[in-house]
Amino acid sequence: MSENSTTTAGAGAAKNAVETAPASTTGNATAGNAAAGASRPPLIALIGNPNTGKTSLFNALTGLRQRIGNYPGVTVAKHSGTVVFDDGRRAELLDLPGLYSLAATSLDERIVIDALCGRLPDTPAPDAVLVVTDGTNLLRNLFLASQVAELGIPLAIVVNHADAVRKFRIRVDAAKLGERLGGVPVVLASAWHGEGIHEIRAALRTVLDHRPRMSRVAWKPCVTDALQILRDGLARDAQNNAAGADTAAAAAAGAALPSDAELQRLLFDTATPVLDRLTAGDAARRERIAHLVRAARERVRHGGLNPFAAEPVLHYERIKEALAGAVTDREAVAQSRTRRIDKVLLHRVWGTLIFFGAMAAVFLAVFFLAEYPKGWLETLFAWLSDTAGGALESAPLLQSLVQDGVIAGVGAFLSFLPQIMLLFLFIALLEDSGYMARAAFLMDKLFSWCGLNGKSFVPLLSGYACAIPSIMATRTIEDPKARAATIFAVPFMSCSARLPVYSLMLAAFLTPQLGPATAGALLVAMYLAGLAVAVPTAWVLTRFILKTRAQPFVLEMPRYQVPKPRDVLWRVWQSAAEFVKRAGTIIFAITVLVWALLYFPHDDAVEERVKTEFAAKAKETAAPAAAGGAGAEKPAAGDAKAATDAAAGGGDEKSEADAALERAIEQAHVENSYLGRFGKWAQPLFAPCGFDWKITVGILASFPAREVIVSTLGITYSLGGEVDEESEDLKTALAKSRWSDTAGALAGKPIYTLPVVLALMLFFALCSQCGATLATIRQEAGWRWAAASFFFMTVLAWLAAAACNQLGSRLLAAL
Amino acid sequence: MKLSELPLKRMARVTRLRAENTVDQRLLALGLLPGMLVKVAHVAPLGDPLAIEFQNQCVSVRKNEADSVEVEVL
Repeated sequence: MSENSTTTAGAGAAKNAVETAPASTTGNATAGNAAAGASRPPLIALIGNPNTGKTSLFNALTGLRQRIGNYPGVTVAKHSGTVVFDDGRRAELLDLPGLYSLAATSLDERIVIDALCGRLPDTPAPDAVLVVTDGTNLLRNLFLASQVAELGIPLAIVVNHADAVRKFRIRVDAAKLGERLGGVPVVLASAWHGEGIHEIRAALRTVLDHRPRMSRVAWKPCVTDALQILRDGLARDAQNNAAGADTAAAAAAGAALPSDAELQRLLFDTATPVLDRLTAGDAARRERIAHLVRAARERVRHGGLNPFAAEPVLHYERIKEALAGAVTDREAVAQSRTRRIDKVLLHRVWGTLIFFGAMAAVFLAVFFLAEYPKGWLETLFAWLSDTAGGALESAPLLQSLVQDGVIAGVGAFLSFLPQIMLLFLFIALLEDSGYMARAAFLMDKLFSWCGLNGKSFVPLLSGYACAIPSIMATRTIEDPKARAATIFAVPFMSCSARLPVYSLMLAAFLTPQLGPATAGALLVAMYLAGLAVAVPTAWVLTRFILKTRAQPFVLEMPRYQVPKPRDVLWRVWQSAAEFVKRAGTIIFAITVLVWALLYFPHDDAVEERVKTEFAAKAKETAAPAAAGGAGAEKPAAGDAKAATDAAAGGGDEKSEADAALERAIEQAHVENSYLGRFGKWAQPLFAPCGFDWKITVGILASFPAREVIVSTLGITYSLGGEVDEESEDLKTALAKSRWSDTAGALAGKPIYTLPVVLALMLFFALCSQCGATLATIRQEAGWRWAAASFFFMTVLAWLAAAACNQLGSRLLAAL
Repeated sequence: MKLSELPLKRMARVTRLRAENTVDQRLLALGLLPGMLVKVAHVAPLGDPLAIEFQNQCVSVRKNEADSVEVEVL
């Protein structure tokens, strides 16, 4: 994600290269490599340009025999699967990220060159490569194949979209093309329709058995000389380095000499992961290699070629030669339908209107539609919780652990699934149809100035429903810098979990005191506050903190096509499975941890004390004298009232008194819990914001999820944890609450003044009280980003709340 | 003239690409080589980016990214 994680990845790869050096080959896959692979099935890498139907083909070849993992050290998903041949043999198929050129810019692309050269830990160099191309644009698509040929790995080429090829009356002579490219198998196929899959399997067997190689570019002498300069220089440097190496890592970096293909990357690319791998963070070595590269480029220039343009120019020349006679292209027809659709969808007025219509549909689905399955899940978990609670009545600790820890924890992350699946359904539809690139094109200007890009729109919008699916949706953003900034900005969007807090404050204080119009305006202000913070944050982050090079926003607008249901559903399933696997456990752990902190030490003495107090009070109020302790904060006013009612109502309301006692015990336990004690101790931290210990405990307890503060307030006000934001009792209890006698100047004054209410809303608008969001950020970008997001949001929320309370109370006093 | 200044829908030929940064390298990889025909097919509602057509494909580029491509109007 960041420059740093990339460097660590490079270092990791370099370290591994030495550990496995004796077993695997370095870079160039040779026959020896295939022999070494006798114990494991051969590895075939699947690569191709974006929008070539690569995923469809991968699914068609592997069926359900797929695995999703992660490349070590980086947050790029690794998809692999097993191909079973007719004769029962098997091969491992590694689906590499889509890219146009081995000149890598994004993190995904950087993985490809490292994977092809066998530089990734736990991924050996592939024995063969399957290059997928779009038959309607072979010239461009074969550029990547031609670059891969330089690696010397046996390869086969799939000319995909055969149906479109026929429709546009492009004539492709696959056999002739294969011959022209040096005798590699070329298969015309349509993965979408399942056409040619059998032939591709056969071609893969041919490649593994006979190891045909695609002919390489006839490089001009200036290029071969330049590569020799690099080769010699690096070998010399490695020798010197090994002699005087301070660290094992430095020696390791020098030991694995780069292959020809890697030397080409060093020579031709303005930035390449090969350099990062070779230098492994050694600045002096980096400078020496950079010097060497400059000398080599000078040699190319001397031969009359631009070193940065030589590669595509020469590759394209030779591809054109190969295509002549083998493929006849009628350019004019090929894009006609897509052009007609674009006349409407990219139109200034109609295109913009349709865009907002489509986005409204996405938003409504994630915001409202997801509520139904979410509600069903909640009902299911409530039922489970009740059943388990009933069964475990005799063991209170276990009962609480199962109900409030385990079931609540599992429920906490499963309840996000409907939103994740719905959002990814839409994203898959938008991407597979070809519309996503158009949407990004229409909106790019709105975001480019603050370092984001057009593809940030969907995640930011769905952030208003829920940050979790939105952070996962940032995967559609190729530029790591824009992606990081979007991940950082998304949690500031006012998600639906903030609404219970806003509603409670609105109903209890703002609407009664200020009227519905002002209260409504303040609610809108909360929604805008998040956006107002998110955008400058993204700007500062991309401008001053992420020092990585700006990524190009060069985006192909693919041909429109009807999404294939199987691929769409597969993607929905994958996103859900990945979330459960990688974020689920952490969300679960956080929930159980916070439960434990709120439950223990669960001292029996606490219960006894409350019971005695209650009994004493009941006696006192039963006496004809007036009820006492009206203004006292402890035990809460609600208890006294309940006790009074119970006493007045007689035996009929005995159970009411029992319930009140139970709630009071619950309240006392929470107050005495580790989290409760910590909250009381930490309350001075929140004093500038005007928060008392109950709010502080609420904030701490709501770390797993914001809305938890409502039920925690319910417990601390002895109303039980089942209250919601519409509870009249909770509103009354909040409105009545006063600072205790020990609170100095504030003693006896109401806690929830207008500035404090607004400060609390602001705090929840900006804070990071959502364990699931942090777990998802960790899943997508790593721990460091999750930690940075948490600290930044928390500090900002505190500052905003403190400023609001301090300025607000001074203003009120002055009026 | 720079590609970013090319009037909408006018056909032009690429004369030079500076090829010094990753954007240029990406455009080159996509086949925007000197001698190729190119035209600006659409401009985004807010005036940037541009959708350019070349080599039987349509690609979105930001105006400042299109600055490094020199073209001559046909």
